[in-house]
Amino acid sequence: MSNKELKRADIIFSPYSVAPYEILKRTMKKDKEHVINELIESGLRGRGGAGFPTGIKWKLFAQEQESERYIICNADEGEPGTFKDRKLLVEVPRKVISGMAIASWACNAKNGIIYLRAEYKNLIPGLKKEIEIFNEYAKKFNLDFTVDIFCGAGAYVCGEETALIESMEGKRGEPRNKPPFPIKKGYLGKPTLVNNVETFATASMVCRYGASEYKSYGTDDQHGSKLFSVSGDSPKEGVHELELGMKISDFVEEYGDGDTKAVQIGGVAGFCIPRKDFDKTIIGEGNTTGGATMIFNSTRSMYNVLHNYLDFFAEESCGQCTPCRVGTQQLLKGIEAVKSGEKPESYLDDLIKLSKTMKITAKCGLGQSVTNSFTSIVKNFREEMIY
Amino acid sequence: MAEIAKIIQEKVERYGRKRNALIPILHGIVSEKNYVDNNDMVRVAKALDISAADVYGTASFYSFLESEEKGKFVIRVCKSITCEMKGKNKILKALEDELRIKLGETTYNKKFSLLQTNCIGLCDVGPAMLVNNEPYTHLTPEKIHDIISDYRNK
Amino acid sequence: MSKINLSIDGQKIEVEKGMTILEAAKKINVNIPTLCHHEDLCVAGNCRVCVVEVKGRERLEASCATPAEKGMDILTNTAKVRNARKDNISLLVSEHNTQCTTCYRNTNCELQDLAAEYNVDGDRYLSVLKLNTKVDKSSWSIEKDESKCVRCQRCVRTCAELQHVNALTVSHKGKDMKITTFADLPFNEVVCTNCGQCVNRCPTGALTERRYFDDVWEAIGDPNKHVVMNTAPSVRVALGECFDNEVGTRVTGKMVTAMRKMGVDSVLDTDFTADLTIIEEGNELLTRLKGALVDGDKSIKLPMITSCSPGWVKFIEHMFPNNLGHLSTCKSPQQMFGAMSKTYYAEKKGIDPKDIVSVAIMPCAAKKYEANRPEMNDSGYRDIDAGLTTREFGLMIKQAGLDFNNLKDTEFDSIMGESTGAGVIFGATGGVMEAALRTAYAVVTGRSVPFENLNITPVRGTDGIRSASIKIENVLPEWSFLEGVELNVAIAHGLKNARVIMEEIATGKSPYHFIEVMACPGGCIGGGGQPIPTNPEIRAKRTKAIYEEDMNKPIRMSHENPEIKQVYSEFLEKPLGHKSHELLHTSYRKRNRY
Repeated sequence: MSNKELKRADIIFSPYSVAPYEILKRTMKKDKEHVINELIESGLRGRGGAGFPTGIKWKLFAQEQESERYIICNADEGEPGTFKDRKLLVEVPRKVISGMAIASWACNAKNGIIYLRAEYKNLIPGLKKEIEIFNEYAKKFNLDFTVDIFCGAGAYVCGEETALIESMEGKRGEPRNKPPFPIKKGYLGKPTLVNNVETFATASMVCRYGASEYKSYGTDDQHGSKLFSVSGDSPKEGVHELELGMKISDFVEEYGDGDTKAVQIGGVAGFCIPRKDFDKTIIGEGNTTGGATMIFNSTRSMYNVLHNYLDFFAEESCGQCTPCRVGTQQLLKGIEAVKSGEKPESYLDDLIKLSKTMKITAKCGLGQSVTNSFTSIVKNFREEMIY
Repeated sequence: MAEIAKIIQEKVERYGRKRNALIPILHGIVSEKNYVDNNDMVRVAKALDISAADVYGTASFYSFLESEEKGKFVIRVCKSITCEMKGKNKILKALEDELRIKLGETTYNKKFSLLQTNCIGLCDVGPAMLVNNEPYTHLTPEKIHDIISDYRNK
Repeated sequence: MSKINLSIDGQKIEVEKGMTILEAAKKINVNIPTLCHHEDLCVAGNCRVCVVEVKGRERLEASCATPAEKGMDILTNTAKVRNARKDNISLLVSEHNTQCTTCYRNTNCELQDLAAEYNVDGDRYLSVLKLNTKVDKSSWSIEKDESKCVRCQRCVRTCAELQHVNALTVSHKGKDMKITTFADLPFNEVVCTNCGQCVNRCPTGALTERRYFDDVWEAIGDPNKHVVMNTAPSVRVALGECFDNEVGTRVTGKMVTAMRKMGVDSVLDTDFTADLTIIEEGNELLTRLKGALVDGDKSIKLPMITSCSPGWVKFIEHMFPNNLGHLSTCKSPQQMFGAMSKTYYAEKKGIDPKDIVSVAIMPCAAKKYEANRPEMNDSGYRDIDAGLTTREFGLMIKQAGLDFNNLKDTEFDSIMGESTGAGVIFGATGGVMEAALRTAYAVVTGRSVPFENLNITPVRGTDGIRSASIKIENVLPEWSFLEGVELNVAIAHGLKNARVIMEEIATGKSPYHFIEVMACPGGCIGGGGQPIPTNPEIRAKRTKAIYEEDMNKPIRMSHENPEIKQVYSEFLEKPLGHKSHELLHTSYRKRNRY
């Protein structure tokens, strides 16, 4: 594993741009299979958090036989600490729509929908205008692809692709059993490609620059660049586009306030890295690819932090499956009980074990990820849980 | 009442008399009166020929589809950890003092409701809140007074 | 279907592609515990109890929801699996009201079984049971106690998939997630048919029937009260299950003896009034047919539909209020019994009807509601004072300390205790139709139906909607208008299928003359008051027992029942006569659909 120095990248928010939908126009002149292979070659992984290889997803989607199929842009950015998709939709919506359009062309899908979270409703007028402009270009390029907007209604779990689809079908956002996966049976039972906003934007950039140039960013095992949403105890809060592969310590040096105690990487579903582990790579083994980085300095109570997270999980769990619905409540009540003395400190270990059961038995990523922050905070800041 | 019927009809015309139309219809009703009451739900059930229980079960899942009466302006203060670190509790207190209601309540003149909500994607510019669909960032207790005064005049 | 090879607990197995791991394991008798899974319903995969280990995967898979794949190496009983299951069961216990001693489902509860099997320690985790939840006793038929809900959603799926009523839903999310009705309203304020199929599938005591057996004990113990009990056909083929008999064991004689030993004053048979229903309803059908075919009366509604299933009656009142004219005006056997018990029976036995307590033992939850419909007091008193389920009755027998399995067989009392095979088959789907056809055909042609042993097999079976056609030929002179008529009949069971039938009727395109509808899948033998659990195999065995009872009856057609002949000659005068209309017929009302 070769770590890199912290380096800014200018792929997504590059100041240089081409004419509207020029990338789409150029890409449509190529061979569809070639374009998808480029995407696979680029190593681009989903930027929503689950990190599934994008090119492979598109390839499987293109292989489906059904003519009725859907492309959904997952703009349900609900992971606490994440705000990059908002910025993308406001500043470079055309890159996002380009990505969707390229997928539409490469995978023969006529229907596109942007699933926009309710909290971003104020972006709708702007997006509608952009869609109107896109329609003109689509007509010019002879691309049969419509883009609609579906507005979410306030549920973090709807960021999970099957819950998102359930929501679009007018139901409760309860994740489905997988298999079947959305690629085979998604929206209305038809093949559906669900990708994050940043994934679509990046995909269009990969088409612009080509896989090898894109791969020149990042390291051998983590290609390309990524948007990081930086917030918390940082003098440089905001969205930063960085090459992948740098050490957390470098990141903290650049974005911390000099007194950083811990960094939460990947939102509350990610890991809380304490100072002693800052020599790790920022998106390494297991770390999610959402890119939310919340920085905590030494004045912050990690008990408060964990309590805030667990309260969030207990509220946002869809409630369907036992380990998540009840487990999140148990973890929340559990740390309160240890703090108040009602339960002994050894109970924390029981709770860690429980969070591991949640990881291996919960029905979807929400329940499966709780252990990440729970274990990392309790293990690394144990005294703060007790005193 | 007639407004609600019109909204429902419009949405059914656009999306069809199918289950897919449910959330857009509920959004339409919430845009009109900021919440969906039991009578609305029965009307929606009738329009889509699904049970009222199904409408209720779906609506109650989503945080932005309120089923209890809300004021004209629904204030949602972000309670995510970074907004809390930036001083969300002071903002809440300022709002409670300004509106003279407690968190979760609605003013007697049905103008404002005060709620908390989970991360709204404004973590770098917190503390933040939404008033209906409008975001407000870099909040301070002083700004709260100005913002609320503006809304009072609407 | 292509086959695939995989391994379960080291055993090589070949299964059809598409089977779930759970189904594959069942094939080789490997038992994986489940909770939210139910044979009658679609897969949910939410309890996470049935998890198993698949080698090479870090996460465990829910065996009920995961398709078996080629080459899978599945382990159903490793420490990792057992610990995970124990954790999830412990979580369920931590959100549960564990006062088992006062729970109606004590000793027949799936959570209890799992907790015992996995030796769950109730103190391991904190309690997250919500306090201040109330028990909903608003309905005459169903009781809901949310403190006992394991949120398996079986009830929601039942009401949605099997019954298409959708009275129950999951509401809210996270720690507030629960299963409830529209706007969390009490049961008696929402659109619910009281069929009780949800109760049958609830693994715990969250959904039960409203219980009235304490009232019945009181009446039995009151020397001034004359308790008359009638039992439905379906009870006698299922009651044995409460005493560890094999499913489908017929316990009629023991059931009668038990009632006597409990102190019931008169042990009578609902099958008697089933026969009575056939006489009244058969004549009603013939009258409608005459009106439609001969008089050209446009106001006559055909097809005529049976009305003995109160869950079905409430369903049509809510869902198709403009088509109520299709329902037969006959009351159900239970309600006919009630009205007759306080008039005919009282008169004949010289008992003051105000001292009669009429109790019905039914396989049904909706009959508790039916007994309390405001109009059910044609006798001048509440016709049926209490409706009990088979389950409640089994409990009373236990409370009475009787050694049920060693009771001697005895016969029902008279004058409302004699019944025919036609009366007994009411319990199975298609039974009412068959009973009606046996009598109608005989009345119209003077001959028996042209089926071996009078078993009209085309109307039997388990398909949700069945149809048959009977040609009526060589009729007796007074029925000449029916000569050559092809009588088209249909049978539906489960409200999902009732809806299909009604939608066809609502379009005006229904080709039938007479339809039998039962609210419960399987008919009454699968009723909301029958022993729990239920599944297709259990229902099939009970059905077989019903037809065996029928074959063992000396008389097989309702109109040949001597007590029926007696009740007409001495009391009712004639079918559809003035007295019949007063006591044995009823009306319906329109209700809200949403």
